[in-house]
Amino acid sequence: MKVKLENLTKRWGHVYAAHDINLEINDGEFVAFLGPSGCGKTTTLLLIAGIYKPTAGRILFDERVMNQVPPKNRNIGMVFQSYALYPHMTVYENLVFPMKLKRTPPAVMKERARRVAEMLGIGQLLDRRPGQLSGGQQQRVALGRALTKQPDLLLFDEPLSNLDARLRLSMRAEIKRLQMDLGITAIYVTHDQVEAMTMADRVAVMKDGRLQAYCPPDELYDRPRTLFIAGFVGNPPMNFLEVEVVQRDGVYHALRAGFDLPLSAERGKQAAGRGSVILGVRPEDVMIAEEGITGEVYVVEPLGRDDLIDVRIGDVHVHALADPNRRCRVGDRVHLRFNTQKIQLFDPKTEQSLLWT
Amino acid sequence: MSESASTARALEVGKMRRLQEKTSLRSLLSPLLFMAPAIVLVVVFFFIPVVIVLVISLTDMSTATGFNNWKWVQFDNYSRIATHPNTLPVLRNTLMYVALTLSLFNVGMALVIALLTTHIPRRSGFLFRALWLLPRLTPSVVYIMMWKYVAADAPYGILNQHLLGPLGIPPTNWLPAQPWFFVILTNGFIGASFGMVIFTSAIESIHRDYMVAALVDGCSLWQRIRYVILPLIRWPLLFVTTYQTLSLLTSFEQILLLTEGQFGTEVWSLWAYQRALSNYWGNFQWGFGAALAAVLVLIGVVMALVYMRYFQFNQLVHEPKIEAL
Repeated sequence: MKVKLENLTKRWGHVYAAHDINLEINDGEFVAFLGPSGCGKTTTLLLIAGIYKPTAGRILFDERVMNQVPPKNRNIGMVFQSYALYPHMTVYENLVFPMKLKRTPPAVMKERARRVAEMLGIGQLLDRRPGQLSGGQQQRVALGRALTKQPDLLLFDEPLSNLDARLRLSMRAEIKRLQMDLGITAIYVTHDQVEAMTMADRVAVMKDGRLQAYCPPDELYDRPRTLFIAGFVGNPPMNFLEVEVVQRDGVYHALRAGFDLPLSAERGKQAAGRGSVILGVRPEDVMIAEEGITGEVYVVEPLGRDDLIDVRIGDVHVHALADPNRRCRVGDRVHLRFNTQKIQLFDPKTEQSLLWT
Repeated sequence: MSESASTARALEVGKMRRLQEKTSLRSLLSPLLFMAPAIVLVVVFFFIPVVIVLVISLTDMSTATGFNNWKWVQFDNYSRIATHPNTLPVLRNTLMYVALTLSLFNVGMALVIALLTTHIPRRSGFLFRALWLLPRLTPSVVYIMMWKYVAADAPYGILNQHLLGPLGIPPTNWLPAQPWFFVILTNGFIGASFGMVIFTSAIESIHRDYMVAALVDGCSLWQRIRYVILPLIRWPLLFVTTYQTLSLLTSFEQILLLTEGQFGTEVWSLWAYQRALSNYWGNFQWGFGAALAAVLVLIGVVMALVYMRYFQFNQLVHEPKIEAL
């Protein structure tokens, strides 16, 4: 089923929880709503579920306007961070509860519950109560409850946030695989950019109720359209430096005290003559080299595969990823080389990218 | 040298032991010390009065005997109750009064108000509940006086003159005509506010995700109440039922003020009060009244035990997370 949001707005008093949101989700697509807490992603999800009524704009499922349709007629499956399994029902009763409300024949109910339980590996838990299950098992049951009703749309509200790191990793892969196999359109709300990047076909980044970007994960990563996206997506986060871009002898340079970086012509010309601009570069695009911009190692954080090196250049700090075999020590003088093909440039006032629109 | 060393050690050991004894005594005393105010209150105001009532119920103490000429009568008062012609009707009245007030108002209406006011905008819900608390804040005498105006005998009264009169319904002496209707209504309007407050807070503390999940799973508002909200507030429901049963069993001041037990509205606690403390002939039968009260306590204890057993309260209570002292 296709989902379309047209100028979707939800206002509480003077606060816009969702502000003029436009996006389209294709049939079978997996879309993540990504943003910090309070950005309006859960509100948008609850608007789609029909729990809230939009202040303005439209919600369409395929071609049908859903604004006035009550949640029970939207055929949606939803998974919550808190699991929200009914504590007074057994696992089986939880699984069949949506079907019971729809007066599904008992035989069908039983068969579907059995199939879903088997698929999720919770067959042996059917007689237990949610209180007797571990967090991971509860989340599987919650997923099962959303699936047994055979929904047209799956909504996930930070479903993995309460699980421990290892379990989160395996459930992430499992949910993605399951969604692919079943082909159910899915919307996944998260504040974890890794989850959004790894699971979604497209990511909708939100901030202060507004849609900042809506594109595939790699585009989000390589071509961030706003300063916010550049800083929010990617781990360790992008470095930002205030620089001035000038043209000297036909070459563009990004300059600041103790910092002179030649830029490629196509990037440099977008920022030249604008006065102060913000240069962004990811730590993996900064290398410790034999020559280049000089700085002093301030902190070394071993991450295992790499060392994250905090290098002080004058009065700013730049993070670089380095080979642990290099054995950088605090206080060492090092040289930094930048991958100029990956440099981002932003307008400090509008916070929009100077490279991508 | 070694001798003096061992003496020193023995002294040391003795000191430590004394210290240990002191601390163990202290660790025993300190919880008692902390509980002492509560223990004193419970013993003086709850426990001793029950004992006194039980003791008095074994005597013929009354205004006639005074405090000097009374004598022990063993269980005479209790056998008098067993054979008294009023016992059965009053017991029936009491059970009817408790059952109807409890189910229609103290639990039923309370639940309806709590559910309604949590499903409308917060501010209006709050206002409505605040209004419903007014009868509880009004002094009983004033409150009942207002009801007496409402239901005054023909041709007076708000019912006769202003509400039913214009509809062509002939004026009636409403209180004698429908005594139970007004007894239950006056008590229920006040009684419902207790459950209303408890149920409202219980409903509002249900995690939002349950409420959303229920709607997404396909519940109508009614089904959400039936399958999700009610099971999740089971504990407060049982608590209010139990607590209000016991408090209704012993309540009588509204009935006293409204009908004084006339028109067949005498309940057990009112009977005990009238025998012991408000006798028409001026002879306060303290012994008989105490026996009546003791029977009521017994009924209350039995009901409480039945409720606790039937509702399985201990299964609903979590082990405390705080470590014992």
